[in-house]
Amino acid sequence: MNTSVDSAAGTTGTPAGTTVPHLLALGDDALIAAQRLGEWVSAAPELEEDVALANIALDQLGAARLLLTYAGELEGAGRDEDTLAYLRGDRDFRNCLLVELPNGDFAVTIAKLLFLAAYQLPLYTALRDCADERLAAIAGKACKEVAYHLDHARLWTVRLGDGTAESHRRMQAAVEEVWPYTHELFTPDPTAPVDPAGLRAEFLATVEPVLAAATLDRPADGWAPDGGRAGRHTEHLSYLLAEMQVVHRAHPGASW
Amino acid sequence: MSARNAVGVEKVVTGLNAARAAVAAVVDPELRVLTIDDLGILRDVAVEPETGRVTVTITPTYTGCPAMDVIRADIRAALAAVGHPDAEVRTVYAPAWSTDWISEPGRAKLAAAGIAPPGPASRPAGPVALSLSVRCPRCGTADTEQISRFGSTACKALWRCRACREPFDHLRAL
Repeated sequence: MNTSVDSAAGTTGTPAGTTVPHLLALGDDALIAAQRLGEWVSAAPELEEDVALANIALDQLGAARLLLTYAGELEGAGRDEDTLAYLRGDRDFRNCLLVELPNGDFAVTIAKLLFLAAYQLPLYTALRDCADERLAAIAGKACKEVAYHLDHARLWTVRLGDGTAESHRRMQAAVEEVWPYTHELFTPDPTAPVDPAGLRAEFLATVEPVLAAATLDRPADGWAPDGGRAGRHTEHLSYLLAEMQVVHRAHPGASW
Repeated sequence: MSARNAVGVEKVVTGLNAARAAVAAVVDPELRVLTIDDLGILRDVAVEPETGRVTVTITPTYTGCPAMDVIRADIRAALAAVGHPDAEVRTVYAPAWSTDWISEPGRAKLAAAGIAPPGPASRPAGPVALSLSVRCPRCGTADTEQISRFGSTACKALWRCRACREPFDHLRAL
């Protein structure tokens, strides 16, 4: 697809230190989050939410396309966004485990969205000022969009957590189920354009007041599954990829 | 263009103005009352003096905006119609588009079409999301309510007027 942004692409990395694995981590988070959110289309609790989750998915997909296109050009092996999205196996994906987890009930989806947006907002905001102009431009767009995702997840978290006994029970269970997977987001990477380790304080400063306003208990830190950034995923990613990639693999090069 | 050496400054300026006018008149496929110039996504139109080749620079409203391919095709078609069949359309992402770039005539056209134009894009910093009220484009009252934070396209939300009871689209500040 025809996204032409002036770039300072090389074969190993940019002068600003951006590397292919960094871009894949960002792009795969966005791509897999988009695919999961898209599963809600026609199945959300109400029509407005169907539209909302589809629009958030579209924002994530837009960022994913730019990031994967950039990763492919930086790699210099002729892989475009479609090749990277549709023809890699699960071990080659660099997304965090959080985004590949199944949607669960609506509360689990909202918990995932809250935590993802609370991570992506300070990440993209910091990347907006990084020395890699092309990455900074993508982040500058994405951070404005993610701010709206975060607002959306906040409103639902409070509405469900501080709602009925049943919605409170489900939202609390969702937060506890998803919380362990937030630790991986902040795995230190001093070589990254923005070291994720430095974002956890802002993440907590965003999330904890929302949980408090929603009358939810903030889960204790403990079990911290990881491996996504190294290509070691949960079993759920393979099933997601099978569905996402099947048409492209069955009909290589097809267009409509 | 074939007569490259015959192209004088005056002709380049005339060509630029014609090309610029043709591109500026392209209509946004999802907000049919606005041109891409009204919407603020048209960033530049340049004509190379030597060859007469036109380069158009645009920026998306949202990164995932599905209308971008149609907009690129419409720009190329508009330029082909005024004698520039080989125009290039570039897409840039910085500076990021803001609803503040929608022109005053554009805002008036939106309101006339029943779409409430956006307020200022600068967001008040703070832990609580603050949403300001939106005026009904039909009766002008500020007594309105949000029905859905997302609407028919990536850039809109759905609102309803409590006075005249009409639902309406609102172009969200970004």
